[in-house]
Amino acid sequence: MKSALRDAVLSALVALRPVPVAIAVAAVFVGRLLLLAWRGRSRAAARHANRAFAERLTQAGKYVAPLLLIVALAVPLSGDRYYLHLGILVMTYVMLGWGLNIVVGLAGLLDLGYVAFYAVGAYSYAIISTTYGLGFWTCLPIAGILAAIWGIMLGFPVLRLRGDYLAIVTLAFGEIIRIVITNWVSLTNGPNGISGIPRPTLFGLKFTPAGGPGSFSDFFHLPPSPTWRAVYLYYVILVLALLTNWVTLRLRRLPLGRAWEALREDEVACRSLGINVTVTKLTAFAIGALFGGFAGAFFATRQAFVSPESFTFIESAIVLSIVVLGGLGSQLGVALAALVMIGGFEVFRALADYRMLVFGAALVLIMVLRPRGLVAGRTPTVALGRKREISAELVAQGRG
Amino acid sequence: MSLLRLSGVTAFYGAIQALRGVDLEVNEGEIVTLIGANGAGKSTLMMTVCGQPQARDGAIIYDGEDITRLPTHAIMRKRIAQSPEGRRIFPRMTVYENLQMGAEVAGNVDFAALLEQVFSLFPRLKERVHQRGGTLSGGEQQMLSIGRALMSRPRLLLLDEPSLGLAPLVVRQIFGAIRELNRSTGLTVLLVEQNAFQALRLADRGYVLVNGGITMAGKGAELLARPEIRAAYLEGAH
Repeated sequence: MKSALRDAVLSALVALRPVPVAIAVAAVFVGRLLLLAWRGRSRAAARHANRAFAERLTQAGKYVAPLLLIVALAVPLSGDRYYLHLGILVMTYVMLGWGLNIVVGLAGLLDLGYVAFYAVGAYSYAIISTTYGLGFWTCLPIAGILAAIWGIMLGFPVLRLRGDYLAIVTLAFGEIIRIVITNWVSLTNGPNGISGIPRPTLFGLKFTPAGGPGSFSDFFHLPPSPTWRAVYLYYVILVLALLTNWVTLRLRRLPLGRAWEALREDEVACRSLGINVTVTKLTAFAIGALFGGFAGAFFATRQAFVSPESFTFIESAIVLSIVVLGGLGSQLGVALAALVMIGGFEVFRALADYRMLVFGAALVLIMVLRPRGLVAGRTPTVALGRKREISAELVAQGRG
Repeated sequence: MSLLRLSGVTAFYGAIQALRGVDLEVNEGEIVTLIGANGAGKSTLMMTVCGQPQARDGAIIYDGEDITRLPTHAIMRKRIAQSPEGRRIFPRMTVYENLQMGAEVAGNVDFAALLEQVFSLFPRLKERVHQRGGTLSGGEQQMLSIGRALMSRPRLLLLDEPSLGLAPLVVRQIFGAIRELNRSTGLTVLLVEQNAFQALRLADRGYVLVNGGITMAGKGAELLARPEIRAAYLEGAH
């Protein structure tokens, strides 16, 4: 009876929708084949290959970081504004990734609402500059500090939460900030956003595309061009991102940074060692938020326009994917992942409608091949004599 | 003079009472052990000294100061160190980093000298100094946990079941190290143990905890000789 029913349904399906059925059958066939081929690879061989790859990556890592830096510094030499704008976008996400890495990668606090601090930074700059006429460099620290204060405000209610529960509350926090921005029309101009945000200046020199007195091109006797502003913006975000990186690397070697890492490992043990867990968590949120705020202020000055649409959950998700994909806690990994995620998305532009599909498949592939992120090893902060990388094999999945 | 004194301490997990008016005293330079069956409240007692959970009634006096209502991290900065149950080392940090975390509270004063002390007590740790904590064997992890606690230059060391899951030989090593520490530096130790025989042999005095209350107290050797202790905790074991 049952089999007869099944046959009837299947034949009806084939008769009514032959093409989708054929596609489904083909997909299962190919997928099954690939799965078998994948399983066919000897586990031991795969692990060995993986370890050799990690070893090589570690060795290459010494050269990759300086090389990336040189390439990053040289991007404006191309003079192509498409690459400059792409570079600015990538660097913004590198900075956001590094900022979130403090919270998620080092302190182990899963934050799904990082975009909230990005928004606070952007809106702080937008509102202060348009209301009081202050410039970018004056507002930048203010925006950062305001974001840090919001970071602490988020930190207090979630002090007792961990893992999934923390993620849900931070997710809600991100949404709350966006909804408040949308609805507080008298302050933020609601969904229409704030326009006419001042552009950054270089010691008072403006970057106007047409040149003119008091502009950068006029002062240095260069031909007026909109490229100068793009170059300037690019270097501003590069410096801000490198600042984030430098601060993180320094903090990791200080008691505070070590306390973050210890907190990620074991909260109870931290308490038993006399570490003030409250302060440790709040500083992680605050410093992570500070850099998010800086990036937000930069975003506002680059666009000269902010609206709530720019601060949706997908932004948080992208930044978190960058951190996870790169390897939690790894600075180089985050930079590479931002390049792959943001730059890669541009590379696939030619594929038109299939772009998202290919992109998603690429992400899945990376996570299958390197489940702990691109650069998954952990460098000890201190070593006697030779520094030995802690191999990815020994780093827990999904954690630093 | 007593370094740590608990008087009438009660503790609760929600509505469940775990400690029922515990009185306990640890004098300076003593090794005191607390024995009892599973669920008797031994670990709770130790955690209550550390302020987690905080005692609901009664007082915990450490070095003449009431620490009952202090937050955990403040208590742990008063030169009380704990090697918690289940060791709780930082598995992804190296042995060296683990020890460094222990010294953080004391402000890393005399770090090199303390490190040398820990290494001479547990030479195994020196061999494994660059290894990740999680790759150590159980016994080595226990050594690391005690070593980490010692890095904060404690006056009072709280040890929660250091023999848990270890081979008898390793247990003897670790208990030997505790005795040596106590003799050479006058370190005061409060030891929670299920391994009653070993613990009572090591300790100057012992307390027996049953259902959250102290039922017996006395010199280690005296308790060891009592028939009811033999019947409840020692028969058939070791």
